[in-house]
Parts: sequence; structure tokens; C-alpha cells
Amino acid sequence: MTTSALPCILITGAAGALAQQVIARLRDKYRLVVCDTRREVSMPEDIPSYRLDFNKRRFEDLFKEYNFDGIIHLGRIGSNENSREGRYNANVIGSQRLLDLARKYHVKQTVILSTYFVYGAHPLNPAYLSESAPLKAAGITMDLVDSVELENLSTIYLWKYPELNITILRPCNIVGPGVNNTLSQLLMQKRVPVLMGYSPMMQFIHLEDMADAIVVAFEKNHAGIYNIAPDDCVPYQVAVELCGCKKLPIPSIPEAMPMLIAKVSKRELFPPHLLDYFKHAATIDGSLFSQTFDFKPRYGLKDIFAHYRHLKS
Amino acid sequence: MPLKKLNDWLLPPDLKRNIDNAPKPLGSLDYDRWGYHRATAYKAASAVRFLYEHYFKVRAYGRENIPKQGRVLIIANHSGYLPLDGALLGYSLLSNPYAPRVPRAMVERLFTSFPYIGDFFNQIGAVTGQTQNCLDMLKQDEAVIVFPEGIRGTGKGFAKRYQLQRFGNGFMDIAIETNTPIIPVGIVGCEEALPMLGNAKGLAQKFGLPYFPITLPLPIPARVTLNFGEPLYFQGPVHSEDELEAKVNIVKAKIRQLIVEAQHKQGAK
Repeated sequence: MTTSALPCILITGAAGALAQQVIARLRDKYRLVVCDTRREVSMPEDIPSYRLDFNKRRFEDLFKEYNFDGIIHLGRIGSNENSREGRYNANVIGSQRLLDLARKYHVKQTVILSTYFVYGAHPLNPAYLSESAPLKAAGITMDLVDSVELENLSTIYLWKYPELNITILRPCNIVGPGVNNTLSQLLMQKRVPVLMGYSPMMQFIHLEDMADAIVVAFEKNHAGIYNIAPDDCVPYQVAVELCGCKKLPIPSIPEAMPMLIAKVSKRELFPPHLLDYFKHAATIDGSLFSQTFDFKPRYGLKDIFAHYRHLKS
Repeated sequence: MPLKKLNDWLLPPDLKRNIDNAPKPLGSLDYDRWGYHRATAYKAASAVRFLYEHYFKVRAYGRENIPKQGRVLIIANHSGYLPLDGALLGYSLLSNPYAPRVPRAMVERLFTSFPYIGDFFNQIGAVTGQTQNCLDMLKQDEAVIVFPEGIRGTGKGFAKRYQLQRFGNGFMDIAIETNTPIIPVGIVGCEEALPMLGNAKGLAQKFGLPYFPITLPLPIPARVTLNFGEPLYFQGPVHSEDELEAKVNIVKAKIRQLIVEAQHKQGAK
């Protein structure tokens, strides 16, 4: 098969470590086009790379030029990046444009990367949050409204336009080499803040396992909404210890105390909108994805934490 | 060697074995999904053992009724201003000579959101009283302790001792949905051990608590009796809340009867 006969896939959010892993796994099987709103990503010659805003005309030109067969949308701006408005424009308005263009240009399949944060951290959360659990994050913090809206939007398109074959993935904490999200940044530090008296159960998935999950979700193409998490949990404070970090205990009561301490010490201890995730568990049930896609993570918790421990030695 | 002797004295090998042999789906770091942690369970068992055997000198009857394996709901009356009855009931299941179980307990939602307390409860097997949690645990063939009176039972005060308060109906729905047998339990003695003589409502309101007990500084070493009944089986479909409540009332009546029996047994000792 010649290169031009291969199906063509658009991968967004190409600057991220996860996208790099996905690209590495798919580049021999597909024609890839990558883009990112943050910066132009350096890619091998055979992979066109663009820096562009989904809301600009140039984005549509890509659809005309490459006639995409599928899209892997990893370009959700994380809650530790950009302003609230910036994230809303990129994640909600931008993603809507992406989905509209996918319809217009008859893209056959779309994988969208979401996050478990959409469930919200709440003391009454069940230990197995299934895909049908309500998305409470928006009710807890305005800073996660864009993530929940992206989900709602994708779900509407999923049911309304089945020809798009949308697969929405809600992974637990993605960690590993090169990952730059909130949890990974915390675990890279030598001294990590912990809320006194709270150590919620957390789930972690290695970057490479997550990349495998995205690839298998794309290749097997079973449209729907899926949590992705191993069935292995650990309390946050134990994870911090196993990553070779020293704990920086922060008084948790009264409720405003952590933010007050952060303000006085002029140090961001926890992202304010994610504070609840360090108090209450939001553990997801990944069994549907595991069964549907016959997926089993290769990396265990100890392997995952070893990376962060080695960073400090 | 002296350290091993001390360890064995604190947690006898057979009790440790009961914890080790419990079929819990623990992860690679010995935690389960709800935060249950085996090493913490050892410590809690050691501490409760002292209270159970020496401080409250608990007597347990009818433990042969508890199934050796498979899902089961342990439904009991709630008393005393702290969940001491839950701890003693849990230990009684763990040390059951007929069929030891490492039980789970559904606890008041309020407790699991408190710093330190919530995590500790989770580590010893107590879980936020939430329907989905209970369903998921029963699906894993756990023995789950539920106090359907909830906070109404613990906060009723000493003057209302042994007067069963309104039962929540949720447990019956769950029992029918999951086809789970119910073991009713009558508990006697915790009312006297932790007498709530009054309620400082102002302080309770200030701290966001359902009640603030006016009580003695330490629990009274009153004798506690646990009286386990025979399994009750309920089947659906249930067409109305009244129908469900009628089934709940059967359990309530049985518990009332078990309490009276336990009082007689305690009096006879």
C-alpha cells in the first residue's frame, strides 16, 4: 500500500507527551497530520505539523486539504494551562468547530480525550464511578466548566450524529515521563503539599498505557463513553511517599486555610479549583473499557512511582 | 522474639489469619477501592479486641447464623453517641468461630468527610453510607453492616434507649435487588456504655454536627450483648413505598425481639 493510500488522521494537541506517544504508535499505519493551538510541534518530514486556532479559517483548510478519515482530539487544554476564558474558547468553542467540520467533511471516526475530573470530587462519590454517573465538577468549581461542557457537547454529537463514531475517553490521572499535568507536576517535586487528615484514593495510568488505550479505542472503533483506569487504587499520601517525595502538611480546616497559606507563602500549593480532589476520592470504574477493548495496563503502580522516585535520586 | 510475643498478644495469629484469608480484592499496595487497608485492619482489630474482650466483655449469640461466604447484610439497632456498636459488631464477625468474616460497615456520611476520621474509617472497612457503594460491595460478596436508624439512632439520647427510631428503607431495596440475605442483630449495652444525657444544640450547630453529646468523659464499661438472628430473605418486585416499608417493619420487629432476648440473656448472666 502506498503512503497516500493509507487512511489520514488528524491528531490535535500534538505538543503533549501523550500525543507524541500516540503519534509514534500510529505513524507507520496511517498518514498523520498533527496540530496544536499552543505551538508548532517539530515532526518528521512525513508528518505535516501546524500551529493553529480551531476557531480560525485555516483549520477548515486542513480538512479540505487532507480529507481526514479520523480525528484523535487530544488538544483539550488542561486546567493548569491558560485562563478560564482561554480554555473555554479552545475546549468548548474550538471543539464544537472541530466536530462541525468533522460532520461537514464526512470524517468517519473521532476519539476525544476528556478527564475524570468531570465527575467532581465529592465525599458522597461511590468508589466505582461509572460512565453514567452525573458530572458534578461544574457544580463544584467554575474552573472545570469547560471540561464538563466539552463532554456535554461531545455527548450530544455522539448521539445526534452517529456517523461520526465518537468515542469519549475519561482517563484517571495520566502520569509518567514528560507528562506535565497537575498531578505529575506535584509528584516531580521534592516536597509535596498534602492536606492534613485527607488522603483520598487515587488512580494512576502510565503515559504509555494511556497511549495504547487511545490507539486501541481508535482502531477497534466502538463509539461511546469510557472511563480508563486500572482497578488498582492508592491513597494520595501513600503515592507521594512512594514517589520519594517529602510531605508538606497543610492544615485542612477551616476550609479556607490551604488557600490562605498559599497566599501568605506566595506559593501555589494546590490549584484552587482542584483542591477537592486532594480531599475526596473520585475513583472511576474502568471495567467497560477493559472489556470492550480487551485492554489491560502494562504498568503497575510501583512501576509508575519508580519513575518519579528516580527523578529525585 | 519478645516483639513477636507482643505482636501475637496484641493480635493473635488466628485473628490475623482471619484478616489475611478474607477474600478482598486488594490492589498491588494492599488497598481496595474503598480504601480498606490490611495493615490498618490489623491495628484496629488489636484495639477493638481489647474493648471487646476486656472492657465491654461482649457476649455474642447466634453467630452460627452468619453465612461463611457470600453476600450478606447485617442489620442492627444503633445506639450510643459514637459508632462503638459498629466496631464491636465488626469484631464479632471477624472473630466468629463458626465463620469469620471481615465485614464492611456503612457509616454516616458526615463522618467520612471529617479529616483523619474519614480516612481511618475507610482503612478499616467502613464506607460512606451510599447506595451505590453498598450495591458494589455486595456484588463482591462482602458482609455489610448497616444501621438503618442512622443518626436518629445514635442521637436519640439516653432517655429513649432501646426505642427503635425510624428505619431507612434503602437497605431493603438493596437486599431485594441483589438477592441478599439479611441477618438481624439486637445490640444491648451500648446505650449504657455511651449514654448521651443531653444535646448541646448550640455547639452542634456551630460545628455543623447533627448533635453534640453531653456525656461522661469515658465510656462506661457496661456489658454488651450481641444477639444475631436467623437469616431473613425478601423478594421483589416491590410495587410501592408502603409495601417496602412493610418488609422493613418485619426486620425492625425481629430486631426488637432480638433486643428483648438479649436483655433477658444479659440479665440472666
